[in-house]
Amino acid sequence: MTGRTSPRPTAPTPRPAMRPWAAHATVGVGALLMLAPFYFMFVFATHSRTEIFNLPPPLWFGDALGDNLRILTSRLPFWRNLGWSLYVALASTALTLLFCSMAGYAFGMFEFRFKRPLFTLVMGTMLLPSFMNMIPSFMIMDALGWIDQHRALYIPGAASAFGIFLMRQFVASAVPRDLIEAARMDGCGEFGIYWRIVLPLLKPALGTLGLITFIASWNNFIGPLIVMRSADNYTLPLALRSLQSPVNTEWGALMAGSAIATLPLLVLFALSSRQLIAGLTTGAVK
Amino acid sequence: MATPTPRPARAFRLPRLSPAWAPYVFISPFLLLFAVFGVFPLGFSLYLAFQSWEPTSGLGAMVFVGLDNFTFALGDEWFWKALGNTGWLALASGVPQHLVAIPLAVFIHSSFRRLRDGVVGAYFLPYITSTVAIAILFSSLFSTDFGLVNQAIGAVFGGEPIDWLGQPAWIKPAIALIVFWRYLGFNVVLYLAALQTIPKDLYEAATMDGAGRWQQFWYITLPNLRPMVYFGVTLSVIGGLQLFEEPFILTGGRGGADQSGMTAAVYLYRMAFDFNDFGGASAMSWLLFAVVALLTWLTNRAFRPRASTA
Repeated sequence: MTGRTSPRPTAPTPRPAMRPWAAHATVGVGALLMLAPFYFMFVFATHSRTEIFNLPPPLWFGDALGDNLRILTSRLPFWRNLGWSLYVALASTALTLLFCSMAGYAFGMFEFRFKRPLFTLVMGTMLLPSFMNMIPSFMIMDALGWIDQHRALYIPGAASAFGIFLMRQFVASAVPRDLIEAARMDGCGEFGIYWRIVLPLLKPALGTLGLITFIASWNNFIGPLIVMRSADNYTLPLALRSLQSPVNTEWGALMAGSAIATLPLLVLFALSSRQLIAGLTTGAVK
Repeated sequence: MATPTPRPARAFRLPRLSPAWAPYVFISPFLLLFAVFGVFPLGFSLYLAFQSWEPTSGLGAMVFVGLDNFTFALGDEWFWKALGNTGWLALASGVPQHLVAIPLAVFIHSSFRRLRDGVVGAYFLPYITSTVAIAILFSSLFSTDFGLVNQAIGAVFGGEPIDWLGQPAWIKPAIALIVFWRYLGFNVVLYLAALQTIPKDLYEAATMDGAGRWQQFWYITLPNLRPMVYFGVTLSVIGGLQLFEEPFILTGGRGGADQSGMTAAVYLYRMAFDFNDFGGASAMSWLLFAVVALLTWLTNRAFRPRASTA
């Protein structure tokens, strides 16, 4: 940042890399292509199986949504599955916020022995490819007797490295050390300081991490695929997958289910896209 | 957990935590979960890689087999096939992501002001949606007879409908397209962030010197994006090599015709949960881990910004 003492009177604005209208058109058409699959998901949700594969295919909403939902709920305990998805996502979010903010606070505010190696350990777990965990996590769930139990979905990942990292960054920038010292002088206990002073200060970061955790849990497929056994206990992604068959897939019903699974995400995204995008690209964007 | 206002006559109080011990208590949930769900299972999978074992026959049925699982994997035709598929998919979905994301980010950066958030949101949206819902939708779009993709191709180019998900040659392009669509926006956001850090002065000076748009892109923008290219490509490589959900759902969990949609992660899953060979699957996961580590390291070397040209 070098402040120029005398700005040239005719300083030109940086020239765009392309003529504006061409850039607008390219980006705009691309954006529509990105959104098109979502549009068709919702359109197909309102058409019967045969209508979806009509020639030409339906481009506008139909009137078969009710029928599709009826098929969906007759083939699956759909509302139950939806409830489990919500339950697991909320439990996972609550636990993750608690554990990650605690660990992030410790790493961001305290000096203690083994702090560096421990933090390296946390970051190291992020590098582990997800497939490494597939077999081991099944084994441990089996050993604990957690097969077909929902806690197998929200407990293991609750102290995620990403969450701890996010919290540590925020603690370092948003929690004043003096405030902690002052509270300590006033006789406030360590847990009280965390609960009554640190947590309220972390609200923005908690919001971001909460959103990300909720969405990740809502979309989680591998986890339930490995541990869940009974259709009554399935979460939505697994339930929808089970409707797919080589022949006679009820596409209309499947699309209605997929649309219902996608709708909450669209709403969350519409309300908080900036916060979500910034949170999901933390680390890259410093 | 804690009541907001402490009542004086509470029967039970948390023992007072000293500042010296507090950090250990605060990270204890992480340590506990990491030990139980991280270290122990990983160690066990390393042990298992040298055993022959089917989980249905109980822990006592484990037999030490030395390196047999590894030699089996290395001689297994499907293992190499899965590795090849994974590499193919990582390249075919990863490279275009960056080739498209960079110019796209430059366009958005230079000519969008008010609509910027909306446009970025549109590109980013696929990244946060359920892979299962997306894969299900695309299996209908890619359907042979009257799927939307074939109808569109037929209307524009004519010709026979393509059996996207049934023909070995077409499964991978279909999967790559979905992966491309899903992660493009993520990369656009990365490059947008990097573009914001390039000082405007550079472009002003270049314009004064008579540099055209292409020259500015080539000599200013691209070199300045280099660190982000490195970071983004590394993420794509790591992510691409772990590809599981899209191929799993599009091929009905079986890898598709002639196993041509079977990625390494999908094969690993089948090995353990379809064929019940946990020892073999564990050995394979460690071999794959070595491949991922090696490729990440190579990417790192190839794209790392040289220290001298900071």
